[in-house]
Amino acid sequence: MGLDFSIIPKHLDIILLGCAWTIGITVVAAIISFFGGIVFAVIALYAPWIIRQPFRLVAWVFMGTPLLLQLFLIYFGLVQIGVDLPAFVAGVIGLGLHFAVYNSELIQTAILSVDKGQMEAARTVGLSRGQALRKVVIPQAVRAVIPPIGNNMIALLKDSALVSVIGVSELTLSAQRVIGKTYRPFEFYILAAAFYYVINLCMEWVQRKIERRISLSR
Amino acid sequence: MDIDLMLKVYPFFLEAAGLTILLSILTAILGLFCGILGVAARLSRFAFIRFLGAAYVSVFRGTPALIQLFILYFGGPQIGIQLDAFEAGVIGLGINAGAYMTETIRGAIISIDKGQREAARTLGLSSWQAMYKIILPQAARLMVRPLGVNLNMLIKATALVAAISVIELTYTAQRYIGSTYKPFEMFLLAGVLYMIIIYVVGRGVAWLDRKVQIT
Repeated sequence: MGLDFSIIPKHLDIILLGCAWTIGITVVAAIISFFGGIVFAVIALYAPWIIRQPFRLVAWVFMGTPLLLQLFLIYFGLVQIGVDLPAFVAGVIGLGLHFAVYNSELIQTAILSVDKGQMEAARTVGLSRGQALRKVVIPQAVRAVIPPIGNNMIALLKDSALVSVIGVSELTLSAQRVIGKTYRPFEFYILAAAFYYVINLCMEWVQRKIERRISLSR
Repeated sequence: MDIDLMLKVYPFFLEAAGLTILLSILTAILGLFCGILGVAARLSRFAFIRFLGAAYVSVFRGTPALIQLFILYFGGPQIGIQLDAFEAGVIGLGINAGAYMTETIRGAIISIDKGQREAARTLGLSSWQAMYKIILPQAARLMVRPLGVNLNMLIKATALVAAISVIELTYTAQRYIGSTYKPFEMFLLAGVLYMIIIYVVGRGVAWLDRKVQIT
């Protein structure tokens, strides 16, 4: 069976819809991973020992096991404890939490590298510890790790393909559906790859813009 | 937690872990090979070959590894490439890992001071000699740790071949989750095995890193 790319326009609508889902999943999961990363970093650094240590253990497990395995755990695990979430929600939560753990590692290092004087000065002018963290320390820390967090977001886009395995109709699964009808895997997977590549290039472009802004404002 | 069930099925997980290790080793070897080729292309004298190297890195890092596997395994037969799932897994993941390793190796090479190369050339070494005798030995020391990070990612990426039904650790976990409805127990079994593999490899990389440093 040779190649026939002329078949693509007929099924383009399904692929484009999948593409929109992929972008949506990536954006929502990215937001979860960003704020989740900040919350996780604060817990890992400042929570009482009894919370901090088990939390670090779980984070360590999440970094040492494949995302695909974690997605199976979250999707089927939630069903087992009686929470029957749609695959889309389970996928977004899984992706978001997975990358929140990675972002948290970056943010922790950044928080620790913010000058101690910042916290002391904030306390001196009357802010509570929580306020000082929230308004003085964390904003500086997060700003310092925007570039590597950007890399994580781009990795998130590519890993969003994995949620197709638990049945979320994003770009990869849409391509699979079309292939099921047309028996043209090469053409449609190449097409899906091309869409991922374009989204990826756009994200890299935005990342460069943001990096330039940050380096200018310093 | 169903300990009895875990005791009953763990031999299957051990066997699957063996396949995950084999996959990781073969993928790492192929990845390193592709990485070296990629770097040679990216540092070439010829603009066209440099472009090919850059395109390889950009495309394979810019698209999901899962899609790359699918193109190779499901789309391959259309262009005359017939591979079984294991072969497709090793080749697909290896070429993908190679793109990441290209950047790692290149990063180490270009971080060596320019003066080293200039000095070597001044002493009469050829361009190749300067690379092999002066720059690479220094860059190799810088590569160990970042290549270790690539290796860690690669081990976790071998889980993707579960999607083309290679019976490795993640596929085994998925199958037992489906048949026993005990996702937590199966995750624990597979997760512990992954963490052992990653821990051992991590220690190995740390040991090698200490070994190659000049004290």
